[in-house]
Amino acid sequence: MTVQQAQAIHVQGLEKSYKKVSVLHGVDFDVARGSIFALLGPNGAGKTTVVRILSTLLKADAGTASVDGFDVVTQPASVRESISLTGQFAAVDEVLTGRENLTLVARLRHLKYPGKIADDLLERFSLTDAAGRKVSTYSGGMRRRLDIAMSLIGNPPVIFLDEPTTGLDPQARIDVWQAIRELTTHGTTVLLTTQYLDEAEQLADRIAILHQGRIIVNGTLAELKQLLPPAKVTYVEKQATLEDVFFAIVGDDGKSAGTADDHSTAAHTS
Amino acid sequence: MNKHFLGDTTVLLGRSLRHIARSPDTIITTTVMPIAFLLLFVYVFGGAIKHGSGAYVTYLLPGILLITIASGISYTAFRLYLDMRGGIFERFQSMPIARSSVLWAHVLTSLVANLVSVAVVVLIALAMGFRSDAGALAWLAVAGILILFTLALTWLAVIPGLSAKSPDGASAFSYPVIFLPFVSSAFVPTGTMPAPVRAFADNQPVTSIVNTIRDLFAQQPVSSDIWTALAWCLGILIVAYAFAQATYHRKVA
Repeated sequence: MTVQQAQAIHVQGLEKSYKKVSVLHGVDFDVARGSIFALLGPNGAGKTTVVRILSTLLKADAGTASVDGFDVVTQPASVRESISLTGQFAAVDEVLTGRENLTLVARLRHLKYPGKIADDLLERFSLTDAAGRKVSTYSGGMRRRLDIAMSLIGNPPVIFLDEPTTGLDPQARIDVWQAIRELTTHGTTVLLTTQYLDEAEQLADRIAILHQGRIIVNGTLAELKQLLPPAKVTYVEKQATLEDVFFAIVGDDGKSAGTADDHSTAAHTS
Repeated sequence: MNKHFLGDTTVLLGRSLRHIARSPDTIITTTVMPIAFLLLFVYVFGGAIKHGSGAYVTYLLPGILLITIASGISYTAFRLYLDMRGGIFERFQSMPIARSSVLWAHVLTSLVANLVSVAVVVLIALAMGFRSDAGALAWLAVAGILILFTLALTWLAVIPGLSAKSPDGASAFSYPVIFLPFVSSAFVPTGTMPAPVRAFADNQPVTSIVNTIRDLFAQQPVSSDIWTALAWCLGILIVAYAFAQATYHRKVA
């Protein structure tokens, strides 16, 4: 019991199949409070299924899961008080403005001063200039930032981010990473799913690899690296990567062009 | 949990009403077809139709109002479909809200949007010569029947709204409902129809509802049609509600 309370997320023996297709067969992992945990895996590995079960949108066939000490099956209402879900596709209201999206969520979380909460978050996510515009005019990166901002309302102790940077251009991606890193300074626990190895490497305290419905490795980056034989030192000429070239041309830190004019490159995957 | 139901529904209702206010074309396109039918039947076909005494527009209006509602609820299904597909439905369901308020907000939005459309069509009919001496009580009764009819069709619309795979699939179910009034007493008295068609027309929901509203407008005592009309509306409402809830629980754990 004490172990379970110390963990923000506790998952044991989770199984799920859709009709006859088995997606998860026995997933176990724990996430410590205030840490970033990355669930890494290719498309179709079952990452989203895990997130949907943990956010009480889907029932598991077998196994137990608890979030913030609450069981997802027997105490779903308490789980929903403790979490925020940022789904795979930015779940924002296109017809409303950015500010209206934020006040909507603040009202639904029954908070006082929704207007002030919205203004603070707009500021924090550099969306103040776009606050009064309909979200349908936002770029992919702005939409994602708004999406994450909506998840922070009410300071839920646990946040699920399902593939937060899929379909974003490099600059928007760095902005989102920055936002995620800031979360943990407030003590928030983050469960992140991603198919990008570098994203897990950049952000996560612990990384679990989900493959064919099972966790096959779970550890810190250093621990995972030790699974391979020690590195041999060789000399390789340092070539500029395309990313280095991109940032050299566009601007050094990606901030300058990150707000309004990433329209063209922000692909909206579906 | 339920202590938030009213508050959450109000917040979400405000959201959907804002959607409608920002795209009033959904109200306009809802009323275009019924108004076109009204013009066509009053000024083109109406002269050849023997409907009894009084202006044909007055005879026609009750059926046209039902067509207005039937075409309006396709937007109810469409709006719900957009929320499902966009992921915002799941966002709401993962939040500490009264979960049923998400559906109820859509239902109430449908009611408001359809009442606005119905009011627009009634105004056009007035301009075309529709007259009724009905008192406040009769008008209230008409409004009550139309609200019940809207609620019944709205819960019907929730089913494709939740389960459709494409926007066309979400709204296509309303077409048969739109054309149901044509095989009823809405446009012509059923007496001239061949026996099998007449049997269908006399016993389908639209005829009893149209006859009841027509009697109320004409200040005639309503016949037993009103009980048939209420039974149809309540029956459709209960069955559609049950299927909509079942569909919802299949979608959300």
